Amino acid sequence: MSALTTSPLSRLRRKPAAKERVREPFRDRVFLITVTGMLVVILALVLLPLIYIVANSFSSASAVSAGRVTFWPVDFSLRAYEVALSNPQILRGYYNSLIYAVFGTLISVTLTVAIAYPLSRKRFFGRNVLMTALIFTMLFSGGLIPTYMVVQDLGMLNTRWALLIPNAIGVWQVIIARTFFANIPEDLHEAAMLDGASELRYLRSVVLPLSKPLLAVLALMYVIFQWNTYFDALVYLKDQDLFPLQIVLRNVLILNQRNVGVADVAQQLQQQQLANVLKYALIVVSSLPVLIIYPFVARHFTKGVMVGAVKG
Amino acid sequence: MEITTRSPGSQVRTTRPPTEPPPGSRRSRNAVERYLHSRWTDARRSWRLYWQLYLLVIVPLAYFVIFKYIPISNAVIAFKDYNVIKGIWGSDWVGFKNFELFFSNPVFGTLLKNTFILAFYLVLASFPIPIILAIALNEIRGGLFKRTVQMLTYAPYFISTVVAVSMTILILSPRLGIVNDAIGLFGIPAIDFLGDPDYFRHIYVWSDVWQTTGYSAVIYMAALAGIDPALHEAAKIDGASRWQRIRNVDLPGIMPTAVIILILGVGNMMAIGFEKAFLLQNDLNLAQSEIIATYVYKTGLVNADFSMATAVGLFNSVVNLCLLLFVNFAAKRITGKGLWG
Repeated sequence: MSALTTSPLSRLRRKPAAKERVREPFRDRVFLITVTGMLVVILALVLLPLIYIVANSFSSASAVSAGRVTFWPVDFSLRAYEVALSNPQILRGYYNSLIYAVFGTLISVTLTVAIAYPLSRKRFFGRNVLMTALIFTMLFSGGLIPTYMVVQDLGMLNTRWALLIPNAIGVWQVIIARTFFANIPEDLHEAAMLDGASELRYLRSVVLPLSKPLLAVLALMYVIFQWNTYFDALVYLKDQDLFPLQIVLRNVLILNQRNVGVADVAQQLQQQQLANVLKYALIVVSSLPVLIIYPFVARHFTKGVMVGAVKG
Repeated sequence: MEITTRSPGSQVRTTRPPTEPPPGSRRSRNAVERYLHSRWTDARRSWRLYWQLYLLVIVPLAYFVIFKYIPISNAVIAFKDYNVIKGIWGSDWVGFKNFELFFSNPVFGTLLKNTFILAFYLVLASFPIPIILAIALNEIRGGLFKRTVQMLTYAPYFISTVVAVSMTILILSPRLGIVNDAIGLFGIPAIDFLGDPDYFRHIYVWSDVWQTTGYSAVIYMAALAGIDPALHEAAKIDGASRWQRIRNVDLPGIMPTAVIILILGVGNMMAIGFEKAFLLQNDLNLAQSEIIATYVYKTGLVNADFSMATAVGLFNSVVNLCLLLFVNFAAKRITGKGLWG
């Protein structure tokens, strides 16, 4: 721990500040140990629930139903995953969620760039009015029913469009993108204009290639939104074949829906036990895609959050 | 059109001596007209040079008009007796009848209380913890441990609401959940956490803290990184301990950020998660888990009472907006900084 607790600065000053080092570090070291201890506790509080879920998902159905699993699998078994990944409803949900995530993100990123780039140009007439109009929608909305009526009038109810379009642009994402574009040096624009580029050409050949980190952040934000949301699907969709994974999960995990009609008591009990462990496996399976891509893009994501936070 | 034909002439006229302003010239027009004229020229020039930008904006703009502003105009049905056949504008006006009905409904008091308490509790609980985490992470230097903690505390933010709620239900389950196992060790009988309305708020708030602390801490980490190192050096030379430096350098340094986060938190208070409340809700805990958002959903889409649901939703939006403006005003007064300027 001591390697962590001495700051590079105090190491530099080691020789001249010998007196200070004797007097100072004691209370500071106590303090740092307390801080480190606190972080360990926080880490444990964050991780234990996750470990508990994962441990259960790898245990046998009977061990889970008896409540014998804590933080390590009991009677290691992959049965729950086999069942989860062979259930047509869940696979269908997976497939639908993939479609929503891919196309929703494409639409969202395109539209966000299309409005954020002009808003970042100082010579764009009316940019302040437009920005205020956008921010106003963050503060005040017509509400659930009036929005529902618009979607209904457009004939989008019970179609895939209902999940792709009505929430396509996030104002927060527009702010992040605009701030990013505004920080691209103006000289590049002048140079491009002197070379006879049009605004669109400049956007395509100069701005977008420079904006890969931004595009990554936007895409990630929209992907995660599309993957995780269930509200729009709950409100706009009736057709089971269109349900995204989150709705399927809600039906299985929270409403406890399962196929009844098994008469045999022993078989029913077995089914009940399997249903229990299935829940844990489903949680892991459904969160995995997002949690796998997260570490690779976390740094970009953090940057994006900060860009938005600084000027937003 | 008239303006454009006049503008070259007016340039010539400005060279004349100011003693004899010709009638109808630019000089005799008032300031407002002159301002509008210059704006108009700006707009025309901007359009000529950057028409492609305006082209780019058309589709997103249409999106905002259709999905954000038309719903706001649709909200007039709150003041009408909405009838599907007559349509939004054809339905009969009823004034504030829907609002009066809602306010006199016995459920109104409960809804308001539930929403407010839950929202306040959430804002209060989720405000200090990310700051503590960020400062603690900032104190320890570099290294694997720091990166691990940061990375892992951030991770729950990416878990969906459905999954987070399912985890909560499983962990708190009276028969199999690990929490009841743990308190069982102390001889306490199993508690049905989700069946008891009194636990609803704690469950809601603390599972939310679990999910968002790491994410929120990132913003404070950025603010901490922006503090001038010279301040820390000076404090060190003056013999300040780490704790004193946190109190007198770090905390004041992240104050502006904290204020903005708090304003945003309060501003979003009334918009708190339908998603989560609806999922955690069951018939047993309804007494405390029914909030305005879930009531709107049930009234509007389950019972198909569009006008009433819109009225309730509008009430919520207006309260939310007032709250935001009030907090922003207060923050400006106290710290000199608000969301705007």
